[in-house]
Amino acid sequence: MFDSTETDTGNITADYGQEDFLVVENLVKAFPKPDGGRTVILDGINLTIGAEEYISVIGHSGCGKSTMLRIIAGLDKPTAGQITLEGKEIRKPGAERMMVFQNYALLPWLTVKENIRLAVDEVYKKATRAEKVDSINEHLAMVNLTEAADKYPDEISGGMKQRVGIARALITRPKMLLMDEPFGALDALTKRKLQAQVLEIWENHRQAAMMITHDVDEAIYMSDRIILMTNGPEAQIGEILKVPFPHPRDRQKILKSQEYYDLRNQALEFLEQYQ
Amino acid sequence: MLAVAGQAAWKKAKPLILRDTFLLPLAGFAGLITIWWAIALFRPELMPTPPQALMENLDAIFHPFHRRGPGDLGLGWLLLASLRRVIIGFLIGAAVAIPVGFLIGMSKPALLAINPLIQVLKPVSPLAWLPIALAIFNVADPSAIFVIFITSLWSTIINTALGVSSVPKDYQDVAQMLEMPAWKKIVKIILPASLPYIFTGLRISLGIAWLVIVAVEMLTGGIGIGFFVWDEWSRLNLSSVFLAVFVIGITGLILDYILGLVETWVTHRPARS
Repeated sequence: MFDSTETDTGNITADYGQEDFLVVENLVKAFPKPDGGRTVILDGINLTIGAEEYISVIGHSGCGKSTMLRIIAGLDKPTAGQITLEGKEIRKPGAERMMVFQNYALLPWLTVKENIRLAVDEVYKKATRAEKVDSINEHLAMVNLTEAADKYPDEISGGMKQRVGIARALITRPKMLLMDEPFGALDALTKRKLQAQVLEIWENHRQAAMMITHDVDEAIYMSDRIILMTNGPEAQIGEILKVPFPHPRDRQKILKSQEYYDLRNQALEFLEQYQ
Repeated sequence: MLAVAGQAAWKKAKPLILRDTFLLPLAGFAGLITIWWAIALFRPELMPTPPQALMENLDAIFHPFHRRGPGDLGLGWLLLASLRRVIIGFLIGAAVAIPVGFLIGMSKPALLAINPLIQVLKPVSPLAWLPIALAIFNVADPSAIFVIFITSLWSTIINTALGVSSVPKDYQDVAQMLEMPAWKKIVKIILPASLPYIFTGLRISLGIAWLVIVAVEMLTGGIGIGFFVWDEWSRLNLSSVFLAVFVIGITGLILDYILGLVETWVTHRPARS
């Protein structure tokens, strides 16, 4: 609704294709140690993500997967290597890459609606008030939060908070959605419901998505490719699994297929090697 | 009969509320008054008994705003005079302390430059500033306000700096993701996030300011509740002193309560007591 001047992802004409929307080349992240040496967290990551692709990243704690996401978000700087989005190098955060945080990162002094408005106000400075209100209402409805619009974050459940976080990220119409263990802090039932909701929203508004997770089932259900990371320090991409199920996905159907179990075993075997 | 039955039912329904909010606090006060009474009975030359003190204070209690000549003002006027000094000094103090706290919380060099100064000055009794203030202003009233100003600084600076430096990283990430300019990040993220800390500092500062004003007025004289306490003691009128102690306590409580209300109103969240 706001992006009349931008090109739709469907007819990209520049010198990058649909397949190499985001390109990570030789990404290295190291922190200086007090004794003068340095700890290498990420050691030479190469990765290409398509404009409408949903990617999951799995690895054990401390393998630097969150660091990678933060570097793509522009919140952290790489030590070496470069990341390009639509051919342009990423140096700082930008509204075309929005992040969903594990602990929601809602501002507790703002209501649900105000938290979402904060993002609209910053990113769409030229939109009229009516346009903003329409967009906020539309996104509140999208995540089923119309009823809770005027509640404060400490008055709603964890699942609702994360839906606010997702609405806040989506309302700026990012080209890429970055999610850092978005369902990690939720109970099992809420988690399943929200996974289905997020997947449905994504299937209706396809864009590049990168999700950090610990949960193999979640990764298979939601993503097109699964990146398996080796253990840190000096973590690298160990294996990339392609998930063959077409969208829109039906969890029950997937669970009944043999491919699901093959993928699951492959992923778990890989992770067990690095226990 | 019916009334008694009704009362019994009410007591049954709300026994805990009655006990916790009314009876137990009352027991505390009753205990203190009993001790006072006992001392006054055994050593009548030391102090009046509670009923004696009450009788002698009836005029002051019922006519708080009387004016019977320049040196004989009602307790209400004295209280207002003291409150005026505290509020002016406190507001100027807050206006200085909050920005300084922000500076320290956001900039490491500012912290390194200003923190040692605060650490040295904070333990100094605010009363030690009174001679310096008198030397500068030559008059009692601005000097008293200046001492309150100094008193109000430290806790507010320290708590504001703590609040600003402990804004959760998630909030800062949100500001960064949305590409907020620095001033907007301060106004929309850092200030609201640190308001609970700022108010904690303000409440501590106001509490200490109210403690200090009594002592300052004892030294400076003039119109005020502190000088009243000292003056009545000089006239060996201990009943008035007891009344003043009670009034000072209640006023301090009300000041803190009002600031708590302001906090709830400003932050949309219940105040942390």
